[in-house]
Amino acid sequence: MPQPHLMIHIVPGKCDYCGCCVGVCPEDAIELMESKIALIEDRCTNCRKCVWACPWEVIEFHREGVDHLPKQTPHMLNEAVKF
Amino acid sequence: MKNFDYDIIVVGAGPAGSTAARYAAAGGAKVLMLEKDRDVGYPVRCGEAVSHEGVSQFIKPDPKWIASSVTKFRLTAPNGNSVMPKLDGGGYVLERRIFDYELAKLAANEGVEVITKAYVYDLLREDGKIVGVKTLIKDQKVDIRSKIVIAADGVESRVGKWAGMDTTCHIRDMESCAQMTLSGIEVDPDVLDFYFGDQVSPGGYLWVFPKGNDTANVGLGLSVEEAKKKSAIKFLHEFVNRKYPKAAMLTHIAGGVPCAKTNSEIVKDNVILVGDAAHQVNPVSGGGIISGMIGGMIGGQVAAEAIFNGEIIHLQEYDKRWHKRLGWRHDVFYNIKNAISGFDDNTLNNICDSALKLSEEKRTLGGIFRAALWNQPSMIIDVAKVFIS
Repeated sequence: MPQPHLMIHIVPGKCDYCGCCVGVCPEDAIELMESKIALIEDRCTNCRKCVWACPWEVIEFHREGVDHLPKQTPHMLNEAVKF
Repeated sequence: MKNFDYDIIVVGAGPAGSTAARYAAAGGAKVLMLEKDRDVGYPVRCGEAVSHEGVSQFIKPDPKWIASSVTKFRLTAPNGNSVMPKLDGGGYVLERRIFDYELAKLAANEGVEVITKAYVYDLLREDGKIVGVKTLIKDQKVDIRSKIVIAADGVESRVGKWAGMDTTCHIRDMESCAQMTLSGIEVDPDVLDFYFGDQVSPGGYLWVFPKGNDTANVGLGLSVEEAKKKSAIKFLHEFVNRKYPKAAMLTHIAGGVPCAKTNSEIVKDNVILVGDAAHQVNPVSGGGIISGMIGGMIGGQVAAEAIFNGEIIHLQEYDKRWHKRLGWRHDVFYNIKNAISGFDDNTLNNICDSALKLSEEKRTLGGIFRAALWNQPSMIIDVAKVFIS
């Protein structure tokens, strides 16, 4: 079950788009395009595997939640396409 | 049956995808290959070393994609001692951005259509059946129909998950990797250098692969279990500052390498997985170019056969042929990897010292391996499995 509080934060602009985090994510909760990355928030369970996997320390864990932090584009598929 | 745009869609144009597409088209199928990035071969996510024997099965070695020809390994133990076994048959450090491009060209020459900047965001279904892929091509939504989907979408594979296969890599098996291409450094242009030990890369290794006389790929990989305590980039910065303080950094990249057994499922209905997406990586070395291409070749051939048989169930043959060719060996290598990654610095130093006592001609990788066995006798059963059958 998704937890109410999102605690995982992908620091905007720091990512190298290598996909290591996607490879360990058990929830299919990371969207990775050519040079865009975003959490699919309602799937994330804050398990932290992506945080540990990231070779560049781009993904952070914030116990207090991440609502106050600047975000990656949250729903880029929706944004990229005019429905 | 409703109209299909293609017989086979290949998702991803790395070495595994291009090889799958090439052999599927050579088998007579109508093939489309989609690449999410705007260029094939870029960005590079790899140490770029292959053996001559491995790569020549698929493409004639060409100076335009060879950065260095190498003839030796050098394995450096934690105490700084090193052994330098020969590399049987020799090998190459590649220019992947040119190499991948050439592989895609070989596919195109067989009639494969290639579209870049084409992001697959879901599978296309009809009456519960998979009938192609949903894509964003240059930010436009396009659905493309095909009878078979080959997922060659790399370590970040999601296509397999959408088809119902478990492609998640356990964190103990995922190697978290960082690499810099350094210039203005002294390197032996014909030696692949490997460093072991807790200080450089606990449970993994650090590599220095030459690209000419004064340039090299310097990178390392360590299990995510270890990276929890200290990240790949921190280990790499420390090594580079210590060893090459004056180097110029040309590129820096990150990556993930699934050093696991092949996925338990690599075929489901009309979807198959090849390359990193199927975890077709040598678990000891982390090398995945050649094994991914072998997986791609078998996958492409079987997919074309299935198209002409009209029997999707024939795709199951891919799983059998892969395991007979290489998969069984990776299973054994996986057990060996687990033993090796548990070696502490003392054991590694002892192995190196035992190897140094061997005469020059016995100082092969096999000889060093036997030295390792003296330090870890429980590995003998696993090793026997590799050599007996």
